[in-house]
Amino acid sequence: MRPDPVPLDDTDRRIVNALQGGFPISDEPYREVAAGLGLSEAELLDRLDRLLKARVLTRFGPMFQIERLGGAFVLAAMKVPEADFERVAEQVNSLPEVAHNYRREHAFNMWFVLATEKPGGIDAAVARIEALTGLPVFPFPKEREYFVEMKLHA
Amino acid sequence: MPDAAPFDEDDRRLVVATQGGLPLVPHPYHALAERLGMTAAEVQKRLRRLLETGAIRRIGAVPNHYAIGYTANGMTVWDVDDARIDELGAAVGALDFVTHCYRRPRCLPEWPYNLFAMVHSSNREGVQEKISLIANLLGDACRAHDVLYSSRILKKTGLRIAD
Repeated sequence: MRPDPVPLDDTDRRIVNALQGGFPISDEPYREVAAGLGLSEAELLDRLDRLLKARVLTRFGPMFQIERLGGAFVLAAMKVPEADFERVAEQVNSLPEVAHNYRREHAFNMWFVLATEKPGGIDAAVARIEALTGLPVFPFPKEREYFVEMKLHA
Repeated sequence: MPDAAPFDEDDRRLVVATQGGLPLVPHPYHALAERLGMTAAEVQKRLRRLLETGAIRRIGAVPNHYAIGYTANGMTVWDVDDARIDELGAAVGALDFVTHCYRRPRCLPEWPYNLFAMVHSSNREGVQEKISLIANLLGDACRAHDVLYSSRILKKTGLRIAD
């Protein structure tokens, strides 16, 4: 499941860094970004396609802040007995509300994000996961966000 | 449509059409417009408004931390004095190696931690060094801390609004 680091050349790195945010909303946005990088539009599109297919990038497009759209986004955790881990992972992942799910090394060994269009949808998803898996879900709703921005550099 | 217009059905259709990603074609907004039965100008105007209102955080790429070499991803968690958490949380969030930093409720007795900070590095020694820096910054306002390393991505689809 965990991919090995993919070898990136210098142009790939510059593309990943240049596309962290601020993508133009204009008629030919890729051409504008490509020009800034000294690339042709076709080469940028080709490399972007490869970076996405190689899963160096998991996504390219608008990042929505679901709370501003009336929805909710909640981190939740479970303590899953090792013997039941695969079954529970499958059950949890089967819910469309589960956006991300990570195994972590801790007694709380499954951490996932629930994203729903309506705030009430979180409680319903938690109840459904508890009913499906027979295990309690611990929600950790965000109370405050401290200066979050993309700072990763490829 | 006024700038302050609330999120409407066409915005919702735009979210559904772009949540999988922006089309990789020379005129991506025209491609969306065609799919949605709008003009490209309308698509661009709506995207600009969603950016202004914060409904869209940014338009860009989401790197896979593992694939770009940040193979050690630690969710660091801290039990911080409630009287000081907002001041200290802001300081931790401003550190350049912290990508996400949130205050969350404790769940006692099993979970005493109220501050979560994601730390990425190329190896666990690197994460541990950064944990020491955070611990120094928090000082005696922090009673306990832990780090949870991710060992497997079980699912990663991002936001999904139903069609």
